[in-house]
Amino acid sequence: MHLRPFLLSALDSATNGGRRYHIWMGLLTLVIAVGVYAYSVQFRYGLAVTGMSDQVSWGLYISNFTFLVGLAAAAMMLVLPAYILEDVDFGRAVLMAEAVAVAALVMCLGFVVVDLGNPLGAWHLTPGIGYLNWPRSLLAWDVIVLNGYLALNLAIPFYILYSHYTGRPPAKHTYLPWMYISAMWAVSIHLVTAFLLAGLPSRPFWHTALLGPRFLASAFTAGPAFVIMLLWFIRRTTKYPIADGAFSKLALITVVAAQINIVMLISELFYKFYSPTHHSINAQYLFFGLGEHHALVPWIWTGIGLNILATIVLMIHPLRHDPRWLMPACATLFLGIWIEKGLGLVIPGFIPSPLGEIVEYTPTWVELCVTAGIWALGMFVLTVLIRVALPIELGEVRSPYLETEPPPRGVRPRSSRPRHGDVRPARTR
Amino acid sequence: MSEDPTGMPADAADGSLLHKPVDRRGALSIVLGGVAAGVQAVSACTPLSPATEEEKEVRILAWQEYIKGNYRFMTEAERAETIGRLERLAQVRHGADVTIQSTGAQPGVVFGYAFNISKCKGFRRCVEACINENNLDRNADTQYIRIFEMEDGVIDFDEADATYQHDVPAEGHFYLGTQCFQCADPPCVKVCPVGATWQEPDGITVIDYDWCIGCRYCMAACPYWARRFNWADPEVPAEEVNPNQHYLGNRARKQGCVEKCTFCVHRTRQGRLPACAEACPTGARVFGNLLDPDSEIRWVLAHKRVFRLKEDLKTEPRFWYFSD
Repeated sequence: MHLRPFLLSALDSATNGGRRYHIWMGLLTLVIAVGVYAYSVQFRYGLAVTGMSDQVSWGLYISNFTFLVGLAAAAMMLVLPAYILEDVDFGRAVLMAEAVAVAALVMCLGFVVVDLGNPLGAWHLTPGIGYLNWPRSLLAWDVIVLNGYLALNLAIPFYILYSHYTGRPPAKHTYLPWMYISAMWAVSIHLVTAFLLAGLPSRPFWHTALLGPRFLASAFTAGPAFVIMLLWFIRRTTKYPIADGAFSKLALITVVAAQINIVMLISELFYKFYSPTHHSINAQYLFFGLGEHHALVPWIWTGIGLNILATIVLMIHPLRHDPRWLMPACATLFLGIWIEKGLGLVIPGFIPSPLGEIVEYTPTWVELCVTAGIWALGMFVLTVLIRVALPIELGEVRSPYLETEPPPRGVRPRSSRPRHGDVRPARTR
Repeated sequence: MSEDPTGMPADAADGSLLHKPVDRRGALSIVLGGVAAGVQAVSACTPLSPATEEEKEVRILAWQEYIKGNYRFMTEAERAETIGRLERLAQVRHGADVTIQSTGAQPGVVFGYAFNISKCKGFRRCVEACINENNLDRNADTQYIRIFEMEDGVIDFDEADATYQHDVPAEGHFYLGTQCFQCADPPCVKVCPVGATWQEPDGITVIDYDWCIGCRYCMAACPYWARRFNWADPEVPAEEVNPNQHYLGNRARKQGCVEKCTFCVHRTRQGRLPACAEACPTGARVFGNLLDPDSEIRWVLAHKRVFRLKEDLKTEPRFWYFSD
């Protein structure tokens, strides 16, 4: 009986806001519209309108996909301590992180779909009416784990929000088992995506045991970095209380993962270049160029430079605890990982081709517009989800059917999330 | 030769796989067919409805093609139906009268290929024959065969030139051709998420172009760069279309699907040579049945020093190189 008002009030929260909110959503809608137009061109004329070729058969779309899978997985770094270890500082941040996971997954699925040559044939993947080549194909694994993770990250927050909306504390024995599954699932979505590339001996650049761990390290760098920036924005613009502890712990996770990521980069460079073999040639193209072909060289060194710079800043304790340094460092790190793990990882796998041909890759305007459109869609989803969750978590929105009942006092679960009448003012520094 | 010359994946000919999906898909196509009929009925009453009987027919055919299943799991009747539709569509859409076979693998046959690097002079007549025979996209200039010009003394693809534009044979060079090697353990088949590509009992790895979703994972998985993608709608002038076609071979492809060399499955399953082997003016190409002890390919394997590319990857290509 609460579902209808819940959905109506969610719609109400998502569609009402100040002028800046409407400008933001309007801008996102505009970018999405441009993306839809660009995709309509691609749908009609085929992937020939992209910069991809038979030699470089994956491009900007799959690059963004590999990066965003990491962003989705990393949200679990907050969920884990909050629910399972009952960390109080993280408690209020955790729904935001799950919203990030959902938005990232929407973008992931978007990038996979726009990369398909025959998107109308996507139903062939449905087991039963189609044929899913599971367990042999790692892409079939990816289809399963990504959709499963999306379902988990929609269902758990929905249950918790709905419980708060209807004035009942969420029952731990109901959601906790799913939390455990979700935590393991988060690692799996990222490992599966890494294995998708690492399982190809035809592409020595990816065919390394380090790829999976490196994916995890870079995910746990970029993911928390993004969540830090998001939480900071929420704390600045709403009265939703987020403890200082959440920032310092997230920043610690970020800087540790960033250092591990750099160590792995050094291992990779050593392995490829101390005794270069034929299998080092893709890395040579990426880092130093081959003859007159060196399109990615400035790109990857920019990425590495940003990573190292931000990691050093975050390693200095006073700077890490100062938002004036922390926020730019997180933004820098996010960008650095996007460069390193996006185009910097996918494209060199194809150059040179397995038969030694060098064809370079530059994305076209269609790819850039579609990519921007999908990112805008992700930000749109993220904004809506947070917009819906915040008033419920702040206790501003409650089911109208509760008005006749006494507030559920005395039922105070050990969970640290805010309840009705438990609103603390936003802390300021 | 590999220990298992047929190299068939365990499930390729597994009868039990054939039944369930077909039944379910049969039910689906009945349901969807009903929906289609409804859509047809509604659209017939609207101003947007197709003008002529022919357009209506094409719409229905296209819809039935859209909801059809994977060729590998179709019954003989379903195969005949889709072939009928495709032949009709080729007629209406491209003005080409084509015949599409569904000839299966012949018993006791596994195809193999050998390439004589001392004889090839780099004329690329095989490339030309392949384009014409297999209805390759003229617009994108798709080619299955690559002829690499290499300097004497070195087999190194990084130094080789596959785009040479000068008189051949060039002094101090030799020529080495590549195409799909029809691996006994094909990595491309393993990675396909929808099972749109598989190995036939005669060792040919084929693609159901209509079942392929165009994810291009197989292209990333192929160590020999044998697969090509239809980045745009492929174009072959009607008068140049080769009407002798095979469902799994040289029939018309569409935008967004992957294709590759099939050792000319439409010819070789009828006992003919692949177009490339027939076109070669120097006799550098040897093709035949690996299971026939009297075949020329078996003679080459027995009497010449042969090698294969990237043997360390263990894909067991059925394509050997040798020299005189």
